[in-house]
Amino acid sequence: MPAAVLAAGYLGFGALAAAHEVPLALAAATTTVIWALPAQLILVEMHVLGAPFVATVLTVVLSSARFLPMTLMLMPLMRAERHRRWHYYVAAQLLALTGWTMAVARFPRIGQAERLPWFFGFALVCMSASVLATAAGYMIADRLTPLARTGLVFMAPMYYLLILTGGVRDRPAGLGLAFGALAGPLAYLAAPQWSVLIGGFAGGTLAYLVMRRRKSDG
Amino acid sequence: MAELWLLLAVCGAATYAWRGLGVLISGRLDARSEAFTWISCVAYAMIAGLIARLLVMPTGALAETTALERALGSAAALAAYFWLTRRNLFAGVLAGATAVWLMKLAG
Repeated sequence: MPAAVLAAGYLGFGALAAAHEVPLALAAATTTVIWALPAQLILVEMHVLGAPFVATVLTVVLSSARFLPMTLMLMPLMRAERHRRWHYYVAAQLLALTGWTMAVARFPRIGQAERLPWFFGFALVCMSASVLATAAGYMIADRLTPLARTGLVFMAPMYYLLILTGGVRDRPAGLGLAFGALAGPLAYLAAPQWSVLIGGFAGGTLAYLVMRRRKSDG
Repeated sequence: MAELWLLLAVCGAATYAWRGLGVLISGRLDARSEAFTWISCVAYAMIAGLIARLLVMPTGALAETTALERALGSAAALAAYFWLTRRNLFAGVLAGATAVWLMKLAG
């Protein structure tokens, strides 16, 4: 089910790439090589605007900063004696928001040693579905009205909104999401490129401090 | 076009640098430590910040919708997800996108 909804977001990305005359192979390749929808959108949109090479790379890098805390948090939860070290480096490439949210939600019910295989299975299905959806979106692009395309593009943020609000289970998640949602746009006003990094760092630290304060009060 | 492929390769490598660094450092991180809790907060905040920014101040194709359309679309998605269905992701996303599409159609 999550793979199906994720695919809808990538249909929109495929259609967008086609509208901007990015080759199909390249559009599909971004889905496996970058595997982060916001960064892929940045890549296509900045390229179309004729932005300098270095500026595009910098924007993509800064928007992808979230992968550091995301992997940092997920890897210890998947640790088990029998897995090889390089397995984790492969898993890191497969990590994206969908897999991460699902993993955090499901892990309490999965045995420690079974988590990494589960993650590989789930993430690979998501990635395959997304590559197919990118290609499909690309091919139906000229039959989509601009209106339908807007609807498709809107699916991705809706999807993230729902899996995040629906996935709130504990305090770090709830407070982190709340403070981050405020800090992100504010940081964007001050420094657009750095907003993910600064907003996340500030919002997350604030959430952590509030949590500690409450713990010591109660 | 060759430049676009090079751009993709560099962006892919740069994105992986964050992922790989995460794996590298995570070896010394205990899931029960205070540092882990703080990193969880930062991870959630970074993601929420990115999504909130997309909805409040969108760029690109999403910028063709008005703030009101996005707000009502989000409300429709949340309502369908939490109240009308038992947290059915598909129904929620579809409700949000359909609401925006209908508003565009009417406007």
